[in-house]
Amino acid sequence: MKVLVVDDEADVQPLFLQRFRREIKNGDIDFTFAQSGEEAYEYLVDHYSEVVMILSDINMPGMSGLDLLRQIRAKHESAPPTIMMVTAYGDEENYQQAMQLGADDFLTKPLDFSVLKDKLKTFAS
Amino acid sequence: MYFFSFLAAFLLLRRLRKSMLLTEMGFKWDKPLNTASWVSLGLFIVASATLKETLQDWLGILYLTGILAYINREPDFKPIKSLVQAFYPYVLICFFSLLLELLFPDFHRKWEDLIGMGALAGFVYFFAAWVNFNKGQKALESERQKRLVEEEQRRIIEAHKSELEVLVAQRTAELTNQKEELLQTVEELKATQAQLIQQEKLASLGELTAGIAHEIQNPLNFVNNFAEVSAELLEELEEELRKGDIEEAVAIAGDVRQNLQKIGHHGKRADSIVKGMLQHSRVSNGQKELTDINSLADEYLRLSYHGLRAKDKTFNAGLVTDFASDLEKLEVVPQDLGRVLLNLFNNAFYSVQQKQKTSEPGFKPQVTVSTKRIGDEVEIRVKDNGSGIPENIRHKILQPFFTTKPTGQGTGLGLSLSHDIIAKGHGGTLAIETKEGQFAEFIIRIPSKKEKEVLI
Repeated sequence: MKVLVVDDEADVQPLFLQRFRREIKNGDIDFTFAQSGEEAYEYLVDHYSEVVMILSDINMPGMSGLDLLRQIRAKHESAPPTIMMVTAYGDEENYQQAMQLGADDFLTKPLDFSVLKDKLKTFAS
Repeated sequence: MYFFSFLAAFLLLRRLRKSMLLTEMGFKWDKPLNTASWVSLGLFIVASATLKETLQDWLGILYLTGILAYINREPDFKPIKSLVQAFYPYVLICFFSLLLELLFPDFHRKWEDLIGMGALAGFVYFFAAWVNFNKGQKALESERQKRLVEEEQRRIIEAHKSELEVLVAQRTAELTNQKEELLQTVEELKATQAQLIQQEKLASLGELTAGIAHEIQNPLNFVNNFAEVSAELLEELEEELRKGDIEEAVAIAGDVRQNLQKIGHHGKRADSIVKGMLQHSRVSNGQKELTDINSLADEYLRLSYHGLRAKDKTFNAGLVTDFASDLEKLEVVPQDLGRVLLNLFNNAFYSVQQKQKTSEPGFKPQVTVSTKRIGDEVEIRVKDNGSGIPENIRHKILQPFFTTKPTGQGTGLGLSLSHDIIAKGHGGTLAIETKEGQFAEFIIRIPSKKEKEVLI
């Protein structure tokens, strides 16, 4: 299962790799990272079919997570991929907008990795 | 001949009375002189009716002489003495004639006409002197009148002067009062200004809070996550060691070490944000210190951006930084320059945000900050692709209390204070380049101290 993680913070990368150490080792999950909405979008152009889930931060300079969501959903009407939005500003407005734009889930920072793991497991099964 | 003597006495007394009436002694002499003049007339009539001609003459001349002597002696009549003297020739001639008649009646009879003419001449002389005296008196009188008028004028001027002096004193008192009031107002204004500056600072701090919270939350998340993950990794490490898989154990140890570095890094990041916030809220001590302009600009750009994001979740902007990598540290007051940068960034984000609300969906908000060394100066440019500054308000934007924001949303002090900080605090300049509807760019130039130090 290929998961694309989009966040402008570079350290998200080692964090995910270590948090999902076992799952990666077992070959359950395969992570790819993008540091901006633009980078993620470009990656999707070539690897759209591979990616089953996108985990994207909303607040990023340039193309925001919501922009990315909008563009993906505009191009590809129906799911997949599953898109989960992550934001530090866990407010109603952001939530509504994400859901309206076609997000599958909405998570707030700081991420609870055990919850995220459960969600991924449920999704995989 | 006695007719002339009485006439002279009568006229002299009348004249004297008239003169006296003009002085303050008029009241004292009015009645006696009046009576005397009429007595003269009475005497003349009595003498005409009862006495012989020679006795008439004697009575007349003696009467006149007596009056003259009296006038001469009385100090009150001093002003008219010169007129009295004019009678002397007439009196002398009369006496001479009468004595001649008494002693040498024949000789007198022979020369009577001539002597009579002499007496007449004396009388004419008196009359001429009289006229002359009157003229003199008139001249004196007019002189006196003139002096009186002058005196009156002087008195009026004096009165005016004292009136004016009172007025001047009043005005001076009023002005002094006004000055005092103004001084007090200036003091009050100074206090208000200090308050406003503090308020402006607090307002910008308030705008910052959300940005700061966000900025601190991120590193804290990393610290927590890496700490948790490291604990898990250490458990695994123990497991691997028990199993004897040294290679895997070393790999895990490497990860843990890397994590600890990251914890340290993010801890410091949070630390510097808190320090920056404290520095911003602290009253500037005006102390200049060597400051990394690039990191200062970067820090405040992020704070400002997240501050706005916290208020408007839908807002997004491209942040472009173009920092001169070889920029040496600059002697500035970091909190002050930080406030300037924060203000410029806040304005830039506000501008692009406003434009985004009104323009077509294709608009991509962007705020750029760049640094550059130009000769002896360091240049910081803050540019946004917002709606720019209209020509008609361009000259006003540095004025205190000028704001385009709705009431209550801006103090109108930001740019004014920024300008003061750059110009007065750092001897630099704050310039503006803008094209309406396209961009606004604020250019800070601060001279570096290097040159001066070499000179010293």
